[in-house]
Parts: sequence; structure tokens; C-alpha cells
Amino acid sequence: MATTNVLYAGFGGQGILFSGKFLAYQGLLAGKHVSWLPSYGPEMRGGTANCSVIISDEEVGSPIVSKPDVLIVMNLPSLDKYENDVVPGGKIFIDSTLIDKKVERTDVDVFYVPATGMAAERKIPTLANMIITGKMLKEIGASLDNIDAVLGKIVSARHQDLLEVNKDAIKLGYNLEE
Amino acid sequence: MGDKVLMKGNEAIAEAAIKAGCRHYFGYPITPQTEVAAYMSKRMPKIGGTFLQAESEIAAINMVIGVASAGYRVMTSSSSPGISLKQEGISYLAGCDLPALVVNVERGGPGLGGIQPSQSDYWQATKAGGHGDYHNLVLAPASVQEMASLTIKGFELADKYGMVAMILADGTMGQMMEPVEIDDIEIKTVEKPWALTGTGMKREHNIVNSLYLKPELLEQKNFERYEKYAKIERDEAMFEEYLMDDAEICLVAFGITSRVAKNAINEARAKGVKVGMIRPITLWPFPKKAFEARADQCKAFVSVEMSMGQMIEDVKLAIECKKPVYLCNRVGGMIPTPEDILSKIDEVGGAK
Repeated sequence: MATTNVLYAGFGGQGILFSGKFLAYQGLLAGKHVSWLPSYGPEMRGGTANCSVIISDEEVGSPIVSKPDVLIVMNLPSLDKYENDVVPGGKIFIDSTLIDKKVERTDVDVFYVPATGMAAERKIPTLANMIITGKMLKEIGASLDNIDAVLGKIVSARHQDLLEVNKDAIKLGYNLEE
Repeated sequence: MGDKVLMKGNEAIAEAAIKAGCRHYFGYPITPQTEVAAYMSKRMPKIGGTFLQAESEIAAINMVIGVASAGYRVMTSSSSPGISLKQEGISYLAGCDLPALVVNVERGGPGLGGIQPSQSDYWQATKAGGHGDYHNLVLAPASVQEMASLTIKGFELADKYGMVAMILADGTMGQMMEPVEIDDIEIKTVEKPWALTGTGMKREHNIVNSLYLKPELLEQKNFERYEKYAKIERDEAMFEEYLMDDAEICLVAFGITSRVAKNAINEARAKGVKVGMIRPITLWPFPKKAFEARADQCKAFVSVEMSMGQMIEDVKLAIECKKPVYLCNRVGGMIPTPEDILSKIDEVGGAK
């Protein structure tokens, strides 16, 4: 695919913007054109947060993703809001610990990932976002080759200790069996 | 070439300003511009610069006047309501012929409005928002890379002409991240023999002033300033054309709406509709020549704006009303979708 339009959505505090940034940097380091656009304002502090990421072989036009090829949702309001925007043939990734609703559409691929539960079990409760991101990378056919470099760019120098746990969380999702 | 990094538009402005030699920043937080100030507060102390959060926007712009008088590169930034507060100071900068960079990351208005993106300060920016006869140089970035490069260009033009350069962006441009490369941009500086640097008992006093009680002299000052503006209109207009060679319909858009318009143009072209775009990069001077050249070729123009229709007036003037000019707009923090623009293209006769 020449252009992949990704929409991440959930609550503020779930790391929605961070995982979007991870994805954008992965595209950048792979030599692609990328853009990242967050929702901003009060919703960053606890309301519904979302973030548009575009990864393309061509220059990115509008940075706003209104018809996602890939939708990652980490709360029910976001699923209700964006489910019908996904293009036919697109992929929806659902944190099934937090959302027990099933997608009714049959023209999209849906992946139910109990990311928040898995994260809690492994005592990494803040990394559900990276687990579901790992699963998404697997399903869109991305490789994990450059994740050390990518995490090196987005994990701040003070928190280098978090690099390994982020990596583990991504791999956990990537290697998850259906 | 250096490594490209992902930066928010607001951060790119701040880093580019530092690259341009700006060591004095005065501001006051307001969404969606706050990252400019936050970035400056981190970086300025480390490089021997001044970051000062003023008690108000009015105080900040007056501090800008002080540093500009001393001949240093200086900036302030805000979002729409804060920029309204700065207008008195901007008029004084114009009256003193002082260079400075003012950044407006626009949000919806009027009044406190909202915090989502807008372009509804176009008139305020391009027609001069304060009192008196004057213009600001107005630059409208459409990518994070341009947020950086036009910030540097803004400092250079401000110094070259002794006037305010304004970056007119919006919440989307400020908040989005894209790859950006700042280190490779060349920096030009300008001598400022007029600056208030102390005579050292070696020269006459320099005077920076906007008060002229003799009307003959004030008239002369205004005439001189407008000769300068005429030269800028001749020499400094910037624009980009997109698929205009055979275009029958010409979209006109700047900033974020030009990005959305590109998507719409690509979709329309795929259906065989001959549509292109002129993207003004300088809003003042407005790139009139680009329009003169296309006025006969195109059958209609569509001004795509996040305002109730402000730039559309400049488009009509630039083509001397030779062709119909339509408006495609959303306001209040809403952004037009490619579909909104496509249906307008159909409506004005672009359907094949």
C-alpha cells in the first residue's frame, strides 16, 4: 500500500499519542513520508484522545485521517465513534479488556487484543498501548527490525530504562497468537 | 545533510528561531501555541538567551519593542485572542520601523472563541490589526518544515525591511509532527546601524520613535514607509503552484487547508477534472502576479478557507474580478474535508 492512514483513539493517559509517535518514527526511519496529528486541549488530560498517523511513499497531503485503513481503539466511545469510518478492507484493533462490544461490520478485519489485561498480568499496566501496537505491526506486515532505533528516538534520555520494557511489550503483542 | 527529526510545528518554530540567532523570547501561554513558549523555556537558559513569561501579552510585546530597539533578533508568540492584545505594540513597532517576529497559531474566534484551528485572523494579519497605515510581512507555512524555514525567512525579511514579520499558522500546523531539518538552513544577518547600542561617545544618538507631532514630517514618514511596501510587493511575494498548467478551476488555499485541497485535487484529477491550486506562501505581500497569469486561463476560482471568507477578497482583487470566485469554508475550529472541497469543485462546474 502506498499510503497507510492510521487512527489511534482512547482515553487521555493510555499512551495513545506516544504509540502514534512510535509508529510515525518507525515510518520516518524506514524512509517514508510521515505525519502525526494529535487531538489537543482538555481531552489530552483525561477525555477522549486520538491521533492521526499517515505513513506514505508519497508526500503527505492532509494530515487528518478521516477514513482510516487501520483503527486502534482503547475505549468504547472511540469504537462507537470511528467504527464506521474505517475503509472497507481495513483493520480494526480493539483492546478487548476494556471493550466487550463486537464489531458488526463484515467488510473489515477485526482483531480483539486483551492488551490492558495482558499488561496488568505482566505488571506493566501503562504499556497496553504498545502491546496492541505490536499486534497491529504484525498484521499490517511491518517488521520489528528498527524498533531499538525508534524507541531510542522517542524514549527520553531520563527514561532509557523504559526502553526495554517498551520493546518487550511490542514483542508481546507482535507474537500474540489469535 | 543532518538527520531529520519529528517535531511539532510549534517546536520547529522555536528551534528555528534559535537557529536564526533569536536569543530573546517573551510570551504568555495560550492553547494551541504553548509549546513555543515551553520549548523556549527549556532551551534559552542553556544557550545564554532570555526566556521570559510576561504578566500579559501586552507586556510581552512591549518587551519585544525594547529588544528590537537594541538591534537584537526577538520574538513573541500567541494565539488569536492574545494576538489581539498585542496589536497596540505591533502598531508601535511599525511606527518605529522595528524588526520583530510575531507568531500567531490561530484558533477559532471572535472573542475567546475556541481552541481548535482557524484561519479567521487573515484580515487582522494582512490588513494590519492595529491603528495607522502599515503592513506586516505575513508568512503562511503549510508544513512543519515550513514552520521552521519561514521562521528563519521571517527574521531575515523583518531585519531587511525594518518591520514586523508574522507567522500566520493555525492549531493544526502547531500541533502536528512531521520530519524537519533545521541545521541545513542558511542564516543571513543584517547590519543595524540605527540600533540603540550606546554611543560610546563616538557617534550621535540614535533615536527610535513613533511620535511625530509635525504633520508634514509624519506624512513624509508614511510616504517613505509605503515606498518600502511597494518594493516588498514587487520583490518578496512567494507562492507555490500545484497542477496549474492545464487547470480550468483554480483552488486558492494556504496553510492546513492547502494540504486538504491537495487531497481533493488528486481525487478530482483521477476523475479527469482539470483542477489545480495556487498556494500563497506570503499573505502580505499577496502573490498577485501568480493570479494575473492564471485569470484568463481558468474559468473559476475557489477560495478554500477556515474563515467566513477573508482571503477571497484578495483573490477577487488579484484577478480583477475577471472570473467568478467561490468560497469553500468551515469555521469555528472545523476543518474542510477533501469531500467538502470536491463537492464545491463539482458545484462550480468541474464535473466531467
